[in-house]
Amino acid sequence: MGWFKRLKTGIQTATKFKKEAPDGLWYKCKDCNETTTRKELKENVFKCPHCNYHVRIGSHDYFDIIFDGNYTEMFSDIISKDVLNFQDVKKYTDRLSAALSKTDLTDAISVASGKVNKKPLVIAAMDFTFIGGSMGTVVGERISRAIDYCLDERVPLMIISKSGGARMMESAFSLMQMAKTAAKLSLMAKAGVPYLSFMTDPTTGGVTASYAMLGDINFSEPKALIGFAGPRVIKETIKQELPEGFQTSEFLLDHGFLDFIVDRADLKERIAELLLLLDKTYEGEEELEEEKEVVEKR
Amino acid sequence: MVFLEFEKPLESLYEQLEKIKAVGEEGDIDVSDKVKELENKIKTKTKEIYGNLTGWQKVQLSRHPERPYTLHYIEHMCSKFVELHGDRYYADDKAIVGGIGRLDGMSVMLIGHQKGVNTKMRQYRNFGMANPEGYRKALRLMKLAEKFNMPIVCLIDTPGAFPGLEAEERGQAEAIARNLIEMAQLKVPVVCYVIGEGASGGAIGIGLGDKVFMLENTWYSVISPESCSSILWRSWDHKEEAAEALKLTADHMLHFGLIDEIIKEPLGGAHTDPEKMSKQLKSHIKKEITALLEMEPDERVMKRIDKYANMGQYDIIEED
Repeated sequence: MGWFKRLKTGIQTATKFKKEAPDGLWYKCKDCNETTTRKELKENVFKCPHCNYHVRIGSHDYFDIIFDGNYTEMFSDIISKDVLNFQDVKKYTDRLSAALSKTDLTDAISVASGKVNKKPLVIAAMDFTFIGGSMGTVVGERISRAIDYCLDERVPLMIISKSGGARMMESAFSLMQMAKTAAKLSLMAKAGVPYLSFMTDPTTGGVTASYAMLGDINFSEPKALIGFAGPRVIKETIKQELPEGFQTSEFLLDHGFLDFIVDRADLKERIAELLLLLDKTYEGEEELEEEKEVVEKR
Repeated sequence: MVFLEFEKPLESLYEQLEKIKAVGEEGDIDVSDKVKELENKIKTKTKEIYGNLTGWQKVQLSRHPERPYTLHYIEHMCSKFVELHGDRYYADDKAIVGGIGRLDGMSVMLIGHQKGVNTKMRQYRNFGMANPEGYRKALRLMKLAEKFNMPIVCLIDTPGAFPGLEAEERGQAEAIARNLIEMAQLKVPVVCYVIGEGASGGAIGIGLGDKVFMLENTWYSVISPESCSSILWRSWDHKEEAAEALKLTADHMLHFGLIDEIIKEPLGGAHTDPEKMSKQLKSHIKKEITALLEMEPDERVMKRIDKYANMGQYDIIEED
């Protein structure tokens, strides 16, 4: 016999009287298991204040981090179409509408133009939350149009990759986006308009094997998974454990596929620096002025 | 002869035919009528079976152990051929072969995936799964072709780029990506043919061209039906369904506008008459290259890029 007897059973509060508990007030780090408030995490550009783990973030977070305030989103009116009438355990159309309602996104990439320390830049950033950041026709088309815009305006392009690879539900259409984006990038190369490829966790499959690896400058966040085949597939193929740190940013830097790794806190400054250095018309006014000041002081 | 599962009805007919022929050779019984009858039966049955192949059956056919591979075609199409080896950086990949060949008075660069014809050779060729050095060798040969103004022919037949540890270390993704961007700008004509399996990045890594064709019983997809089944259905047992869902046959690809034309195979598949298939392929290659040579190089490159830029269908939503 218990000491207390429950008079009413079950939950009595009607749904509409329930108090909203703010969703995810706390963040528990996946790497070090320490907890941080969401607010603190955001102030720290979504890096764990304890271990510097770079939490996966979305396209608009990157826009906020990199651009000087305002930016204009482009090509968000282009949306996916289920040409194949694809169905596995779920219909592709259901997967699409689930992704559309779960996120504020219209596909796995968002394109925006803005300024970085007053220098114009177009960023196409991928979202892992939209069907695993998979590359289908819309991703290819938006990149293709971003390239057209950059060529017309002679503005540098930056693609932030974050993807599980090509979107299976669009079969050969998604495969052809590899060829499409690479072919369009060849026009950027010819025209001498800079293309920066920034890889974030994770960048794999057809995305790595097309635009992600084709940057004039390839760089990434620390400890991101970057590769062609997924680690599980490789493990099954070679039937051995994979060495520690395999397919991480550091591994790729070591093997010569990245120019550098950048901490998210320094990302904006580093991009601004590159944009200045790659600009042929840049004469280094700031440096000249600094020198002048030094001379005057003397 | 090797019979696939759906070809089993043919196997018994062929057996009967062999027996009757043997009887005819032994004694003085005239079996010619019976032979003719059986041959007709075989023809009808073959037409019946091959008239309605499912996606999965075409996948099986594309992997038929007797199917002709790249070197077979090169041997039968070219009067002269010198195979060239190595990527000049690391190694010579055995899963991609290439070299300069003579096609009726025209020198061309031929590059293709190569599978092995027996167990030992299959291993030697890594089952047609190339490492980065394979793609880099292919690119070196393409650049060589460009230098000497030779058209390029790519023959695609791979279950995918090799997903190994060393392939990652040496940059499998970079090698494929590099080929794509470079192939887009090649000044010489590039024609590609899927002659067997066209799986994913491994296939398109030598597959970007002015024109892309598929033999009748081949497939082209972003992923093999088996891997698709294992990822989306979380089991290997749904490969037939995956093959249907992926719409990977030559007919589908033509319908979607992703390839330019289907090359007919002899009834029963390329392996039933490899010589005829080689002849057909050769005349097709010659015809296409001749047509492409009519164009100025810059125009060809622009057309090639535009063709890929137009691939994909999407909707446009009205902005509020």
